[in-house]
Parts: sequence; C-alpha cells; structure tokens
Amino acid sequence: MLDAPHDAKNDPRLAILLLHHEITAFNAAYADTLDEQRLMDWVEMFTDDAFYVIISRENFDRDMPVGLIYCENKGMIYDRAYALLKTAMYAPRYLRHIIGNQQVLGEESGIIRARANYVVLQVLFDRPNATLHQVGVYYDKFRRVDGRLKLAERRCVYDNLLVDNALCIPI
Amino acid sequence: MDNDNALLAKQYIWPGDDLTIIPDWVYTDQDIYNREVDRIFHGRTWNYVALEGEIEKPGDFIRSNVGPTPVVVARAEDGSINVFENRCVHRAAEFCRDLTGTRKEFVCPYHQWTYDLKGNLIGIPFRRGVGGKGGMPKDFKNEDHGLRKLNVITHRGVVFASYCNDMEPLAEYLGPEVLHEFEATFDGRKLKVLGHYRHTLPGNWKLYHENLKDPYHATLLHTFLVTFGLMVVGNRSLMLVDQSGRHGVMASAKSDAAKTITGDIKKEMRAYKEGMTLKEPRFMDFIEEFDSTWSVTMATIWPNLIVQREMNTLGIRQIVPTGPHEFIMKWTMFGFEGDDEEMTRHRLRQGNLMGPAGFLGLEDNEAIKFVQDGMQRVLNGQHLIKLDPATETGTADNLISESAIRAMYKHWRQEMGV
Repeated sequence: MLDAPHDAKNDPRLAILLLHHEITAFNAAYADTLDEQRLMDWVEMFTDDAFYVIISRENFDRDMPVGLIYCENKGMIYDRAYALLKTAMYAPRYLRHIIGNQQVLGEESGIIRARANYVVLQVLFDRPNATLHQVGVYYDKFRRVDGRLKLAERRCVYDNLLVDNALCIPI
Repeated sequence: MDNDNALLAKQYIWPGDDLTIIPDWVYTDQDIYNREVDRIFHGRTWNYVALEGEIEKPGDFIRSNVGPTPVVVARAEDGSINVFENRCVHRAAEFCRDLTGTRKEFVCPYHQWTYDLKGNLIGIPFRRGVGGKGGMPKDFKNEDHGLRKLNVITHRGVVFASYCNDMEPLAEYLGPEVLHEFEATFDGRKLKVLGHYRHTLPGNWKLYHENLKDPYHATLLHTFLVTFGLMVVGNRSLMLVDQSGRHGVMASAKSDAAKTITGDIKKEMRAYKEGMTLKEPRFMDFIEEFDSTWSVTMATIWPNLIVQREMNTLGIRQIVPTGPHEFIMKWTMFGFEGDDEEMTRHRLRQGNLMGPAGFLGLEDNEAIKFVQDGMQRVLNGQHLIKLDPATETGTADNLISESAIRAMYKHWRQEMGV
C-alpha cells in the first residue's frame, strides 16, 4: 500500500517555491519589456518611491554613488523613458536581456530582497555580431502593490567597467 | 594626382589655403596618430592625470594615462606627487594592475623588480647571480634604470603631468581667460569624488574636443539643452578660445527657453519640444554656487582634459586615445566637501544629463561615432568647417560658429608640421 500523499499545502517549502517562481516570472516580463523597448510599461514595474540605478562595480565596491542612470523615484524613471522615446538621438538597435541565477534572499516587513545575474546583448545594424553590452548583478527590493510585485529598488551593478560607447536602453 | 597615386604616396596635403575644409586623414591615419602621440601627448603639453584627493596619503596611487601611455600617479612618503610610466624597465611589463590602492613600493610580478613610490629602481632579485654565476652585469647601476618619470604640476587639487621637462607654468599654458574659467569651477573648495564613468568611443579623440568647440550642435542635437534653456540661441553665451587656439570654453547663461525662443528661431530647431515638462523638475534646478556669470561651462584643455560644469553636475573627462579610430574616456564626477546630503543627491540627479547614458552624453557619443563611420567609408574624403567666416579663428561671440575648431587646427598643424 502506498503512503498517504504528503500534505503539500502545509509544506513551508511551497511558499518559498511560489515566491521564487513569482520573481522569476517578474524578471522574465521585465526583460521582455526592455527587449521590446516598451519603456512606458517598464516604468509601471516600479513603485512610486522606487530607486533605480545602474552603477559600475568600481563605484559600488568603493561606496561611490555615481550611476550611469540614477533615478530617485518613479517620476524620474518616467522622465528617462519619455526622453528616450521622444527626444534622444541614437542609432537603432536590438537588445536581449538574459537574467539568471535568481535568488530570493529574504522577506521582512513586506520587503522581499532578491538578486540575479544579468547579461545584456546588443545588436547594431551594421555589424553581424551581437556584443556583450553589459554583465552584472541586480540587487533588488520588491514590494507588493495591490497584490502584485513591483520593484521598490533595483541596483544594476555592472562588471564591465568600460561601457561600449553609449548606454541607450536601460538595464 | 589620381586616387591610386595619392594612396601610395600617402602625402598629407591640406586642402585649400585656409582652415575651412578638413581632410579625413586627420582622423583616420595611423601615421598621423603616431605623430600625435609623439608630438602632442608626449610633447609640450600638460596632461591631466588625477585629482589630488584620489591620492591623499603617502603610498596612495591610481593608474592613469598620458596619451595612450599607462602611468602610475603615486604620493611618496615626503608628500610629493610622482608620475611614472607603468612599464617595468626590465621586460616592459605593465606591472601595476589595480585601478587604485595603497603601497609601500611597486613590485613587478614577472621577475619582482622593485620600485619605490617615486619610480626609482630599488631591488633586483639575484642581481649577483647564484654561486658566482649569472646575475646582472657588474657595472649595472639601479640609479640609471628607474622608471620613466614625468614632470608634475598641481593646481587647485588637479594634477597634470608632462613628458617635457621645461614646461611653462600651468597659468601660462592655459592663458588668463581659460585659467579664469578653470578657477571658477575649481574655486578652492576641497573636492569630493562621487564616482567614475568609463567608456570607449569609436571615433578619433579630436572629435571630442571639436564637439565641445562646436556650439552650433548644442543648439540643434540636444533636446534637453534647448527645451530647458541651458544652451540655446538667444541665451547670453560665449565660445572662448585662448591665444594659442588649443584650449576653449563653451559658456552659456541659462534662460527661460519658453520666453527666449521666438517663432522663427523655433522653426530652425527640431530638438525643441514645446510644452515638454518633467515629472521630477528638481532635476533641472540650478543652485547658484560659483562666482561666475555662466550656468554652463565646458572647458576643453589641450590635449586630454574636459572640465564639465553643467549647472551643478561637475566632472572631469580624461581622453585616453587608443588609435586613430577609438579612444577611452574616463570621467571623474565630483562635488565639494561641505555639500550636504541633499546637494550631493542633486548633483547625482543632474548627473543623468551626462556620461555614456546621459541625456546629452549618449547623443554626443552616438554623433561622434557617426562621424567616424562616415569618414571610414570614403577614400580621400574631406568635410566642412565654414560657419562664421567673420571670425577666421578664435573666440566667437555667437553660437552659430566653428571658429574655435579652426583655431584648434591652426595650432594642431603647427605642432604636427602638416
């Protein structure tokens, strides 16, 4: 005779698994949004008070705050998206954000801390190759707004100190 | 001469008898580039290498460059600042690999030849050989084989180096007007480094100088400059050039663009976005802090330094050429000791204008790439710098002018002998 089925509902590992899955799904959607350059949808993935910065490993390790993009709230994230869509001059390009090695680090008073590795590939139209445009780590804080996960903080810390000419689409 | 002969002879003949037509080989030719390294970066110039605050205590060092050449900037026990080549005299290894740090001495990792903080050779392992065999020649003297040392000068916390040992003082090198603008930004307050940007740029290094001696583009390319009144036709502005023609300062006083820009000016400017507003308007605030009538100054200090004072976002840009078609740009963003947290945050917010992802910065980098692309695909090409014929070279009192670029080429041709 078989054992009685394990009581899955009360298994604490299930909650961890679900949260991990939820964050993985969020990051997949985040990557799509940027790859398709739907920047106004990207803005909506942040909380109103969100902090978003793209900072070199060099600055991050030495506690120096300068970032390639530095946004202290959703308004600034919106301004960035608007400027890129409506005003900025740059050559057309395709980008592919690959996110992996995702980990949930902990949850405390409604803030979920997580991290993930990322790679961003860039294709310009006059060369056959995709270049590795940026490689780094997301250090994240998520919060639920109306039940859905949003980014309250995303620090993109990149290892390749020398940016290839210009960073046009966010990371 | 037909094209084939011109290619084989590789003659560098300037087109025309003035400076209004510029040949592409100025930007694309390897021999020209090599001569620039020799005569300009390693010649009679002061090259930016560091801020004093980056090497505050004895033993502190940073890696830097003079032209393409890697150097170390180190503070010795006696407090002196020393600049020497990052290249072991033994087998030429670039021995110092850390961007910054603190050391008592520098040891080449390959064969452990050792140098002090002034670049003197102080140790060679097995110099006398082993058991009476091998080792260095008896007449080899350490003091004759130190690292190649450069001449060093500092001014208001900024460190310059030169391969030339009888350089004039910095004040004389810059001339009074450019010195005045330099000292308006470096006003005596102690600098506080906020971080770096580093990027490659697939264009000739001189194009970066030219971009900042070209106020015309500033009024056309950059929506953020024109829409928010930072640099726009109708502003009080100046494109200053020193006597020699090599240095420049692009300066403008911020205006309310909605009032400055009248109907017929607006028609000429596609970048002007009527009614564009920001959700975070604090980002474009100008907090008065300098004894200057300008809200924006961009100083191009020959040959490798840009000093950016864009309202309250301040930065140094160091050009490191790597060949005719590419250079590296190292930015050092700073504020001042005594900035409160809100002022630091304001500088960081406003920093979104600049750098390789900046609203202005990314557009400049792209435009310069486009120019280099355009020059690499036509043989024996040339292009135009004809704006503002009333001022042949030198300071322009209007923005629709290329006289500062012509002034730079007047100087460049003298130095290069072409």
